[in-house]
Amino acid sequence: MENNKIVSVNPHIYAPDTTTTIMRDVVLALVPAVIASVLFFGPRALLVEAVCIAVAVLCEWGFEKICKRPNTIGDFSAVVTGLLLALNLPVSIPIWQAAFGAFVAIVVVKQLFGGIGMNFANPAITARIVMLVAFGSAMTTWTAPAFADATSSATPLSIIAGINGVTAGTHTADELPSLVQMFLGARGGSLGETSCLALLLGGIYLIWRKVISWHTPVAFIATVFVLTALLGQQPLYQVMAGGLFIGAFFMATDYTTSPPTPKGKIVFGIGCGLLTVCIRVWGNYPEGVSFSILLMNILNPFICNLTRTKPFGGVEA
Amino acid sequence: MNRKLHGIHAPHRKNTADSVPKRMPPPPVITVPMSMNIGAPAKPVVKAGDLVKVGQIIAEAGGFMSAPIYSGVSGKVKKLDEILSSNGRFDTAIVIESDGQQTLYEGLTKPVITDQKSFVDAVRTCGVIGLGGAGFPTSVKLNVDPDRVHAIIINGAECEPYITSDTRTMMDNADRVVMGAQLLQKYYTADRIVIGIEDNKPQCIEIMKEAGKDVPGFEVAELPAMYPQGGEKVLIYNTTGQIVPEGKLPIDVGCIVINCTTLAVIARYIETGIPLVEKVITVDGSAVANPQNIIVPVGTPIRDVLNYVGLKTEPRKVLYGGPMMGICVPNLDAPILKNTNAILAFDEKDAQDPVPTPCIRCGRCVNHCPFGLMPAAIEQAYNDRDGAALKKLKVNLCMECGCCSYGCPARRPLVQINKLAKAVLNRYNQEQKALAEKEAAKKAAKEEAGVHGK
Repeated sequence: MENNKIVSVNPHIYAPDTTTTIMRDVVLALVPAVIASVLFFGPRALLVEAVCIAVAVLCEWGFEKICKRPNTIGDFSAVVTGLLLALNLPVSIPIWQAAFGAFVAIVVVKQLFGGIGMNFANPAITARIVMLVAFGSAMTTWTAPAFADATSSATPLSIIAGINGVTAGTHTADELPSLVQMFLGARGGSLGETSCLALLLGGIYLIWRKVISWHTPVAFIATVFVLTALLGQQPLYQVMAGGLFIGAFFMATDYTTSPPTPKGKIVFGIGCGLLTVCIRVWGNYPEGVSFSILLMNILNPFICNLTRTKPFGGVEA
Repeated sequence: MNRKLHGIHAPHRKNTADSVPKRMPPPPVITVPMSMNIGAPAKPVVKAGDLVKVGQIIAEAGGFMSAPIYSGVSGKVKKLDEILSSNGRFDTAIVIESDGQQTLYEGLTKPVITDQKSFVDAVRTCGVIGLGGAGFPTSVKLNVDPDRVHAIIINGAECEPYITSDTRTMMDNADRVVMGAQLLQKYYTADRIVIGIEDNKPQCIEIMKEAGKDVPGFEVAELPAMYPQGGEKVLIYNTTGQIVPEGKLPIDVGCIVINCTTLAVIARYIETGIPLVEKVITVDGSAVANPQNIIVPVGTPIRDVLNYVGLKTEPRKVLYGGPMMGICVPNLDAPILKNTNAILAFDEKDAQDPVPTPCIRCGRCVNHCPFGLMPAAIEQAYNDRDGAALKKLKVNLCMECGCCSYGCPARRPLVQINKLAKAVLNRYNQEQKALAEKEAAKKAAKEEAGVHGK
């Protein structure tokens, strides 16, 4: 027994969770949504998802190589970003545009700000908004899903916007899918946002695995429900429409761009809900989940500062 | 006030709970360091060549905040040595060669206790210090105005994984714990006397309830098994609802917290006259062949302890105490101290430090911290050496329990950073104080000049 003992500061044991296991759990939680996307939109959905993931991982690896930063593709965070972006795109998106989106997400939004844990905005959401602005028509060309009775391929929210005369369009209430179709996902929309059932399964898995807490999604969805009810909309429909479920469970809960404390998470969720309803009801876009999360990402440092924990036994100096 | 303190659910690994402590044969040599307690080191009263027996004084208290030390073996003082202790400082140690006889010192007498003062004196003479691990001289803790004490809390939580030495105290020496409790009740007139035990030790709860059933005011508090339930401030809050404010002591909220083994040692001294000379320790960890509880003299080299219980493989990391707050020993010559309650030896695999990756701001550190601190924010403030921010973040409240690092998926060394941040905060406070004094002196000088000018 020589003098070769390792000396280190406590603790000497650790919880099994690591960044890698957390990201792997998020990917697992998205599997139902991926399956739903293939069921409703066909095999091209898989192609879009594969391209986004591949480009995201490649960009992460390449950028870190060029900047001589440690390689972090092993933590699966780039896979999560690529997959989330793909699930927010229409199935008909040109492949080069999807690849461009993944590049923006990883290089511009994530790596230029310092990589994992340093970005101030959600990479997938910001990339989606960039694409919405850059490729407006490709990003809003919707394909009619399988198993849908409705003839229209427009998203339910754009149909509602058309009925209400907010956007130019000639839609009638007959085109709206039923609540059951909304919940299962047989409606127009982005690849992964349509099936509330699949997203709910994933969300519950993440909460059960303690990867996310219930605060943000519940506050987000409840705010949209209450506000749309107050504004005379059909709240159940509004809650299931658009990207609210994927946004509430998978995007607004992004660690780096949302507050750490339960109090902060509730404030963050309510803010997201408020902005979503404002954009949906009064805005130019039929859907507002992405914008609301991005805006709340920007407010995040202030929410963090205002919702700090109170030290136990701390005395004000 | 309905705050629930956070913590972690670490694996319990109480493999040795059923191991009745066996007395290890005396080691050939013991090395007894003088700085085992918080406060002043003890002063040696023996010299090389002196013959000593078990229980004979070898060092006297080196001040008020100190405790005397007694020999755990019979034999001959070999030398006074300088040894490197686990905190990185050099310390005087008395090296005693055992004759293997373990002859008891004839001069041992039971203390005569008539009032609080003689009780505190007995505790002092006993040489006992906080045996839960803190090493605070118990007599100093008990040297308070009895009227200030409303609740006496006995710490039987033993929330650290692996360790079962307090478990064994409660199971094997319940009567002594209760006797100690009765003495405290007698001299401190506390309304409540509570023993807090985590609910993963149902046998202890059962036994303590039975042992204390005839003692008025004696309660057993079953606490959820959640680390760090046995942290002093956590235990006080969870048994009495009192919050010890920053910079204050438990006695300021009317509480005395005392470890159950500390109490049993005091009771044994009062009953038999034998002071603190040996310890029950848990020996466990992945490198240990037969994890068990053993009784060893204070000063026994860890090498002898590990050889006695047997090793599966050569240990790469050896700890004083549990895996959450345990201190690494640099080599196996390090001795068992008064406040050592476990020796854990880990193999190559379990000894490796994890590689930190970037913080992903998941907030687990914040949501695990029992005291509601924000370790991730502290890390940022520390990186900026921002004393003002650290003051606001109250890093000084951190008890270094390890929950933040334990739960961190990026394996950030948060406890280490908190320790370093405390040093930055101390320097900042000193600078602020010096600055304020300078300002005051300037102002005074100005005023004086003004007076003279008139």
